[in-house]
Amino acid sequence: MSLQVSELRVYYRTLKGDVRALDGMTFELRDGEILGLVGESGCGKSTLGKSLIRMDGRMRRVGGTVTLDGHELPIDDDRRMNDYRFREVSLIPQYAMSALNPTRKIRRMVTELLRSRGTALDTAELERRMDQVGLPREVLDRYPIELSGGMKQRMVMVISTLLDPSLLIADEVTSALDVSTQKAVARALLGFRDSGYVKSMIFVTHDLALTHHIADTIMVMYAGKLAEKAPADVIVKAPRHPYTRLLLESLPEVGVRYTERRLEGIAGSPPSLLDPPAGCRFRDRCPIAGEECAQEPPVAELAPDHHVACWKA
Amino acid sequence: MRRYFGRKLLIYGLTFFVAVTVNWMIPRFMPGDPIASMVARANVTNAQAVEAMRAYYSNLFGLDQPLWQQYVNFWGALAHGDFGISIWLFPTPVTDVITQAVPYTLALIIPSVLLSWVVGNRFGAYAARRKLLDNTVLPVGYVLTAMPYMWLAVLLAWGFGVLLGWFPVAGGYSFSMRPNWSWTFVLDLLHHWALPFLSLFLVALGGWAIGMRNMIIYELESDYSSYLSALGAPSRLIRRYAFRNAVLPQITGLALQLGVLVAGALVTEIVFAYPGLGSLILKAIQNKDFFLLQGTFLFIVLGVLIANFIIDIVYVVVDPRTRAGMAGAQA
Repeated sequence: MSLQVSELRVYYRTLKGDVRALDGMTFELRDGEILGLVGESGCGKSTLGKSLIRMDGRMRRVGGTVTLDGHELPIDDDRRMNDYRFREVSLIPQYAMSALNPTRKIRRMVTELLRSRGTALDTAELERRMDQVGLPREVLDRYPIELSGGMKQRMVMVISTLLDPSLLIADEVTSALDVSTQKAVARALLGFRDSGYVKSMIFVTHDLALTHHIADTIMVMYAGKLAEKAPADVIVKAPRHPYTRLLLESLPEVGVRYTERRLEGIAGSPPSLLDPPAGCRFRDRCPIAGEECAQEPPVAELAPDHHVACWKA
Repeated sequence: MRRYFGRKLLIYGLTFFVAVTVNWMIPRFMPGDPIASMVARANVTNAQAVEAMRAYYSNLFGLDQPLWQQYVNFWGALAHGDFGISIWLFPTPVTDVITQAVPYTLALIIPSVLLSWVVGNRFGAYAARRKLLDNTVLPVGYVLTAMPYMWLAVLLAWGFGVLLGWFPVAGGYSFSMRPNWSWTFVLDLLHHWALPFLSLFLVALGGWAIGMRNMIIYELESDYSSYLSALGAPSRLIRRYAFRNAVLPQITGLALQLGVLVAGALVTEIVFAYPGLGSLILKAIQNKDFFLLQGTFLFIVLGVLIANFIIDIVYVVVDPRTRAGMAGAQA
């Protein structure tokens, strides 16, 4: 077991009260596993990603633990967490296009970053990894402004994984890219796992189709809670949670013309996490909701590795 | 690179031309007749003699020619480095009068501008995101930067000069001394220099510190800072990067502020009767000394333009993006 998250609760402090962005998440991630984390905006997937590496000032851990390779991560202690960042947990941020200091050449920036973490730059290794993602070596002697968006993205990917972290969080890395670049990025991430640069990975996205290609396991979140978690094929072919089903139905299929039938979205919108309703949080939008849904559904393991939080599943 | 500087030089050339023209126009369209006052100084009552003197002086200064001819002559003389003859200190050439005053002004402006910029930036950067300092430095900075130069100068002169008597309040050196290169004289120079310097330094300091503090906070919020923190980089490195990026707009600010700073220095000189260009301008206006006024302004315009050009060059050196833009973007 590489990563164990149990009963993690992270709230945002606001003037109106606590926003319960993560409300009791429990899941595990094995060595070598790529976990696709899917859900609509505001479901807590980015909060989960941030909680595992760097909480921002408004976030507060209310409960729960995160254990990585047997060590409990001090996720709400910014200073102590520094020991784990980059070496054990690393991040490819959503904003990779602007993640590099504009006034430093890349080689110098990487050298200074590594030195500040007490490591010397192994240029040969860095260049090998750049070759692997198809980055020309001259890039090192350029300023970020001289690189294209895709090059910056790949450079950030190489930098983030340079210390061979155990866990890599890729937060919406493909959102800003066109389809052909998305594919290249996805392939590079798989390559990193296969070359052993990272042990396991959490791939945060709202793109179910892309996740299916690279993830071993897909976890669907809804309103700060786990809805369903299963091997990627099972999620796509045999989902059990009504939310997962609706999510899949709202995706267009290749080769199908939508003239007869309009592509359905999911009616309604997620509940406010400021003061979420009791019971199943999907109840109001769920087509099959019943009496029992007024109680909160527990996460049940219906089949090996198939976890669902739904009474009707 | 060449095209960039070519364009810059063209703009500076145009600015210079317009500034010099305006410069030439201002004294000529000022009310009052300098020749009349010169003649009056001579205390001649004979109408014929007055007329002769008037004709002589008008001819000497070239004021008897039509305006357009005066303008052309002016450029011609300028090309030879000839600024004309001072009316106030007749018959000293304007160039000599200015050369005597320039060292004082430069000794005041260069250290105060550079030091306030450097110290203000360091201080502002240090204060940003440090609550205690932020809460003390910021209000002081606002008070300082909101102060008019001459007002702070008057306050300092009154406090340190009149009340405490630590510093002299007027002149570039003691009246009892003659300029020479002895230690006593240099110390005396410094003693007189301290207060005008301090007032210029303090007023500019506040502005730079506030600007830098805001820029640093902005940079610390930026994406590259978050990325570095997420990778566990120490705040020392992140702050260093933030400073490097935040200093760029401050350099632009320096270029923009230069004119204001020089104007402030001139007013401050007048408050302390410091024998620099500022005092010279005042005297020139009081005595309707066209040529001195023209020469002084010209010198100031030149100085500001040169300083701006230097800042342009510095900017190209410190910001890789301007260089990349010049070379044409590479894929």
